[in-house]
Amino acid sequence: MEVSVNLLPPMFGIPIALSRYTYIYNKDSTEIHCLKEHEGPLKLQYLDKHFLLVSINKFGQLIYQDVSTGEIVANYRTRLGRTDVMQKNPYNAVIGLGHSGGKITMWKPTSVKPLATMLCHNGPVASIAFHGEGHLMATAGMDRKIKLWDLRKFQVIRSYAGHAKTLDFSQKGLLAVGNGSYVQIWQDSLGNQNYGPYMNHSLVKGYQIEKVCFCPYEDVLGIGHSRGISTILVPGSGEPNFDTWVANPYETTRQRREKEVHALIDKLQPETIMLDPSNIGTVRPPVKKERPSKQEIEAEEEAAVSAAKNITLKNKTKGRNKPSKKLKKKQEEISRAKRPFLEQQRNGLPVKRLRTDEHDLPRSLQRFVRKKSS
Amino acid sequence: MVLIRSNPFRFNRMPCRPGRVEPCPERAADAAAAPRTRARCAPRCSKTLFSPPIRVVLLGGGSLSSVPAPLPATHRRAQSTSSCDVTVSGSMKVKVISRSTEEFTRERSQDLQRTFRNYDPALRPQEKAVEYTRALNAAKLDKIFARPFIGAMDGHVDGISCMAKNPNHLKGIFSASMDGDVRLWDLASRRTVCQFPGHQGAVRGLTASTDGDILVSCGTDCTDFVHLSHWQFMHGSMLSGTFQSFGERVFIISCHVIILLNLILSVKDYRAVDHQWNSNLFATAGAQVDIWDHNRSEPVSSFEWGKDTVISVRFNPGEPNLLTTSASDRSITLYDLRMSSPARKLIMKTKTNAIAWNPMEPMNFTAANEDSNCYSYDARKLDEAKCVHQDHVSAVMDIDYSPTGREFVTGSYDRTVRIFPYNGGRSREIYHTKRMQRVFCVKYSCDGTYIISGSDDTNLRLWKAKASEQLGVILPRERKKQEYLDAVKERYKHLPEVKRIVRHRHLPKPIYKAATMRRTMIETERKKEKRRKAHSAPGSITTQPFRKRRIIKEVE
Repeated sequence: MEVSVNLLPPMFGIPIALSRYTYIYNKDSTEIHCLKEHEGPLKLQYLDKHFLLVSINKFGQLIYQDVSTGEIVANYRTRLGRTDVMQKNPYNAVIGLGHSGGKITMWKPTSVKPLATMLCHNGPVASIAFHGEGHLMATAGMDRKIKLWDLRKFQVIRSYAGHAKTLDFSQKGLLAVGNGSYVQIWQDSLGNQNYGPYMNHSLVKGYQIEKVCFCPYEDVLGIGHSRGISTILVPGSGEPNFDTWVANPYETTRQRREKEVHALIDKLQPETIMLDPSNIGTVRPPVKKERPSKQEIEAEEEAAVSAAKNITLKNKTKGRNKPSKKLKKKQEEISRAKRPFLEQQRNGLPVKRLRTDEHDLPRSLQRFVRKKSS
Repeated sequence: MVLIRSNPFRFNRMPCRPGRVEPCPERAADAAAAPRTRARCAPRCSKTLFSPPIRVVLLGGGSLSSVPAPLPATHRRAQSTSSCDVTVSGSMKVKVISRSTEEFTRERSQDLQRTFRNYDPALRPQEKAVEYTRALNAAKLDKIFARPFIGAMDGHVDGISCMAKNPNHLKGIFSASMDGDVRLWDLASRRTVCQFPGHQGAVRGLTASTDGDILVSCGTDCTDFVHLSHWQFMHGSMLSGTFQSFGERVFIISCHVIILLNLILSVKDYRAVDHQWNSNLFATAGAQVDIWDHNRSEPVSSFEWGKDTVISVRFNPGEPNLLTTSASDRSITLYDLRMSSPARKLIMKTKTNAIAWNPMEPMNFTAANEDSNCYSYDARKLDEAKCVHQDHVSAVMDIDYSPTGREFVTGSYDRTVRIFPYNGGRSREIYHTKRMQRVFCVKYSCDGTYIISGSDDTNLRLWKAKASEQLGVILPRERKKQEYLDAVKERYKHLPEVKRIVRHRHLPKPIYKAATMRRTMIETERKKEKRRKAHSAPGSITTQPFRKRRIIKEVE
C-alpha cells in the first residue's frame, strides 16, 4: 500500500494505491474515484505539467492516465517482470523503472518500447533518484553498490559501496541515502559530482526506513519509516529563493485557483515528453538516404539478367514444346528481370531487389522459392 | 510534512533580532545535560526548532568554523529569506532556511500581493514545451477572435471610383463615385458628414493637400466636358463675413463651411490627380501630366513622353519633387519637377493600374499590375523588381501603404482585399465578403489600424488591419499578455501544427478554383521549361529571374 508523494492538485484529490485498485480520496477521506484500469498497483507517480497519473503494477504494466479528462493515454507491458521501483525525471518528465535484472528502462507515453534501457547493476535495482537538472541519476542495487550516472552519455560517473533502500536528490543537489534505520546525506561540495558524506542521521535501531523525500524550498528532509514519519533539518538542501509564478509557499486561495486554471490551459500534450526537451522547435537533421552508386546498380542489373538467362524451363509435352515458344519465354524472363531497373531510371527511385535466393528469405518462406527444375 | 518556520509567538519572552533565535534556557540545559539519551528517544515531529536538538555530525572531521564552509556558495539569499541559527548541543551554529510570514505576505488587504522572482531555468523544466503549447493555443484563439469587418458605409448610388484621405484629420475620408457624388465620411459613426455636389460625370481622381485644407477632385462628365474643382474645407466656425469675397458657390451644412475655390473647365480628359507633399502644387494625369498651382487656372508646367494616356500619378512623400505615373502603354515613368523633361521610363508586359510609394523607404515604390501581381521597385534601379507579390487572381486595381511602411493593402478586380508585407511574396491576410464586388480603391488609415475599401457595390467598407486585434483602450496587463502571445507565436510559427493554423484562411470558391488553376498553369510552364533545358545543350537556354521577366525594357 502506498500513498503517492507528489499529490495531485487539490481539486483532484489524493491517489492511493491499494492492493486491488487505485483509489482517489479527497481531504475529508471520502473515496471519490476508483481507477479500475490501474489494477494491482505498486507505485504511483504524477507528471504535473501533463496532468498524467502513472502507475506500475504487479504484472509489470505501466499505465498513463490523464487526470483532467480521465482518459487512459497509454498502457504498456514492460515485459521485464514485476517491479516496484519507479521514479520520474523532473527535467524531462520521463519515467524511470528499475527491474530485477539490474536494468533501468526509461519510458514516455507515446512509445511502446522504452526510450532507453541501461544495464546498471548485477542484481535487482533497489532504488533510483533523478537530479533536478536532468543530467544525473543515482541508482542503488542489491549488489551493494550505489552508482551515479551521467544521463547525457548514459555512462557511470562514480560507484560507491553501500546499500540503499531509498534515494532522493534535493533541489540543491544533496543526495539522501536511506538504509535500514539510518539516513546518510551526501554532497558534492565542488560541483564535480564527487559526492562525499555530509550528514548522518540514525533513528532508533528497530525502525526501518521506507522512503526519504526532500521538501522543496525548505531545508527539511522527510523520512517515512515503519513507525511513522520524521522530519529532520538539512542545512543547504532547499532552494531559498522561490519564484511566485512557479511555486509560492505563501499563496492565497485566489492565487491557487488562478494557478490551477492557467495550468489546465497550458496543459502539455503527452507527445511533448522526450529525452531532450530542448529539441522542440529545433531543425530536424536531414535524413540522408543511402543511394546505391551507379556501378552498384549496373552490377545488380547484370546479376539479375544473368540469373534470368540461367533459368531452365520445363519441357512441355503433347506437342507444346516448340523451340520458338521456348525462346520467346526465355526473352520474356530476361525483359522481366530488366524492367525494374528501367523504371528506376525513369522515376529515380532505388530498385527493390527481389529476394529470390534461399538465404535471403526467412526460414518459413524458403520452401516457396522457385525450384530449379531438373 | 511539517514546514518549520520561525514562530515569533513562541519565543516572545526575549526580544529577538529577525532571523536569529536564541535557544530557550531550559531547553539548552536539558540538551547539554543528556545529549545521548535525547537522541535515543523516538523523534517527534518538531514544531519548534529546538526539541529535540539535532545532532549534526560531520563525518570526516572539521572544526567549528568549517561548518558553514561546505555549504554551497549559492546559498546566499536574494530574497529576504533569513537564516536561522540553530545552536546544537551548545557547541555549533548551523544556518537553515527560515522565512518570516510578514516579509512574504501583504500587510493589509488593500495592498497588492507581493511577488518574488527567481529566473533560474532549473526551476522551469520543459519550458520549451510550455511555450509551444502556449503558441498553439494563441494561434487558435487568434482565429476565434478574428473579426476584421467593422462596418459598411452606404450612401453612394453608384460604384465608388476613388478615395482620398486627409493627412491631418484621422477620422474623415473623402470618397467619390462614378456619378459625380463626392462625400466626406466620418469613420467613427460611419455616416456622411457632407456632400460636395458639382460634378456631372464620373469622378476619376480625388486628393487632399497635406495641411488638410484643400481637396482636389477631377473627372469626366457625361457630355465629355471635364471639370476640375477646388474646394476649401474649414472645420468649426461659420464665417459669414468672408463669403462674398470669393463670389463662387458657397455651401453651408451644419457647422462646416465649404467654399468652392476654383472651378477649372477644360476640354482635356483627366484620369487621376495627386497633391505634392508640403506644397501648393498638384499634378493631374490625362493626355499628359500637368502641374497646377492652387490659385492659377492654367497649369504651371506639363510633361509628356509618348502619346498614350497617363492613368495614375503619385508624388513621393520623402522627395517632394519626384513623382511617378503609369500610362496605358504599360509603362511606369519617373518625373522630377526640377527638370524640364521626364527622367526615366520602365516598360512592362502589362499595364500598371496604381502605384504607391513606401512612406518609410521613399526610394521604393510598389506598382499594382494588371497581371494580378504587385511589383516593388527601387526607383534608383529599375531594371529588376525588388520583390514580386503574388497572390491575387485577377487585376490589382489599387494599392496603398501603411504609415509604418511595413505592409501595404491591395484591392483587386477579383472581389478581395489583401494585405501584403512590404518584402514578402505572399499575402498575410485576405478579406472578402459575399456582398463586396469588384474593389476599385483601398486606403490604409493614417494610424495604421484600419483599412477602407471602396467597391463596385456602392459601399465603402471599414476593416481592421489586424483581424483579431482588440480595439479601444487596452489595459497594460492585457497589452503585455497580447505582446507575449504574439512573441511566442512568432517564435514557433514555423512548426507544422502552428503554421497550419496561422496560415489557414477561408477562400471563396471561385477564387480558390482560380488560384488552383493559376498554380497548375504556372507549374506546367515551369516543367516545360525544365524539360527544354534538360534536353538542350547546357547553357543554351537561360531562365530569367521572375523579377526581371515581366519587364520589357528600361528607357532613359
